[in-house]
Amino acid sequence: MTITLHETTIPPVPSRERWGKYIFWIVLAILLAWSFGPSEIYKATGLVTYGSNMGKYASGFLEPNFHDWKYYFEEMLVTVQTALWGTFLAAVFGMPISLLCSNNIAPIWVVQPVRRLMDAARSINELVWAVFFVVAVGLGPFAGVMAIFVNTLGVFGKLYSEAVEATDPRPVEGIRATGASKIHEILYGVVPQVMPLWISYTLYRFEANVRGATILGIVGAGGIGQVLFENVRGFYYAETAALMLMMIATVAIVDIISQQLRRIMV
Amino acid sequence: MSTIQIASLSKTFANGTRALDNLSLNVRSGEMVALIGASGSGKSTLIRHIAGLVEADTSHHSSIEVEDRIVQSGGRIAKDIRNIRRDIGVVFQQFNLVGRLSVLTNVLTGRLGQMPLMAGALGNFSLDDQRNAMKALERVGIASTARQRASTLSGGQQQRAAIARALVQGAKLLLADEPIASLDPASARRVMESLVSINREDGITIIVSLHQVEYARRFCQRTIAMQSGRIVFDGPSVALTNERLTEIYGSASEELVLPDASDLNGLTAVAA
Repeated sequence: MTITLHETTIPPVPSRERWGKYIFWIVLAILLAWSFGPSEIYKATGLVTYGSNMGKYASGFLEPNFHDWKYYFEEMLVTVQTALWGTFLAAVFGMPISLLCSNNIAPIWVVQPVRRLMDAARSINELVWAVFFVVAVGLGPFAGVMAIFVNTLGVFGKLYSEAVEATDPRPVEGIRATGASKIHEILYGVVPQVMPLWISYTLYRFEANVRGATILGIVGAGGIGQVLFENVRGFYYAETAALMLMMIATVAIVDIISQQLRRIMV
Repeated sequence: MSTIQIASLSKTFANGTRALDNLSLNVRSGEMVALIGASGSGKSTLIRHIAGLVEADTSHHSSIEVEDRIVQSGGRIAKDIRNIRRDIGVVFQQFNLVGRLSVLTNVLTGRLGQMPLMAGALGNFSLDDQRNAMKALERVGIASTARQRASTLSGGQQQRAAIARALVQGAKLLLADEPIASLDPASARRVMESLVSINREDGITIIVSLHQVEYARRFCQRTIAMQSGRIVFDGPSVALTNERLTEIYGSASEELVLPDASDLNGLTAVAA
């Protein structure tokens, strides 16, 4: 009796998969080369050549000037308050709207137009919205609130609805089978499932909006941005440094608080 | 009087699979019927049709009536399906509880069908409803878990919570779709005992789909066996012997018999 030795063969990587990888790297290289000139990457050498300038600028930051801290603090507080209201309004309106953006809840002829509307709200930067709202409701933080609200609504419409579409349909069917209405199905079957994600997204976005709100003052939509802009333009290094340190501290505090909130609520 | 009347029901899935093939069936009020068959024989599909969760093929003159009310006819689900669903409790293989809600709230959702929209939306369950929910949890033996999140319960406990939900709903018919397929033998037995108890004491008609014929023989008087969307046996469970199963299913019958039937020897023969 002969024993046939059987060699183990390793199946080759499918050629489509292999070529897909090559094409990805080739396309990326072409895009980077194409963008090299227009984005002035060749100036990177200047980082070294003008290093001394940057050093001078940076040394100015070593001695922050906090003499106006009360004023800075007030403006920083307004910035946070602006972000808080903008995010809150976006969350309140975003929850029902995100259901209209979800293919497993709403019919396609509702989902598509609402999604495109959310795309529009999101793709226009909050700074641009702020310019519009300054014209519409006048200078001040309320224009900032509206700008953050509209931009964040677009973000929540998308993020919240992605959470809704990822829900497990079985608990919803369990509620449906008891004879409950569609609204009850959503409130008892869908919402408890998406709540942890919705809360996380909202808190994360609040942090991002505090950051975003710090520049809205540049176009007159309130907050610390105005002060920062004036100081940067006037080359007041020490004051600019103080302002930036306050921003860093604020974002860190917001981050710590939101992390605690997430732990309690999720 | 028939609780369930099904006439010439057919269902073809989008991929061309014929899940139900011109099936007709009557179940009398107060019966406890086992539905037996291998995976893909159409048990779950049949149950989901009776619950009005899926529409049958439109090309047939099919109809399903529960308690003399039409659930669906000619492949169209009745307009007042929500009213009919209140009378039909459904228990699923995967329990279908909402994991992040408490066990008590999950049981209380059984009341939603009878509540005004706003009261239900705000969660204003009456004190009576809450007492009834606690009573139902006591009956299935998991009252102590009422305030826990449903996701913290074991599979057997979750299934009993789902049965409590159907009890609170006040269902006259309980459809149980593979309620013990994901459970260990001890939990499976307790779930089956809970079903028998509500069938006996509350007179609730029960249809329970099962994977193993031993459970049908122990707990149900009547067994319906399915194959390829058709009924191939309908009669007293005791008549469905292993020999009879082999006759019907051939070698595929092995899937329907516990490999070691001595697991069940400890059971009391409730259905005998």
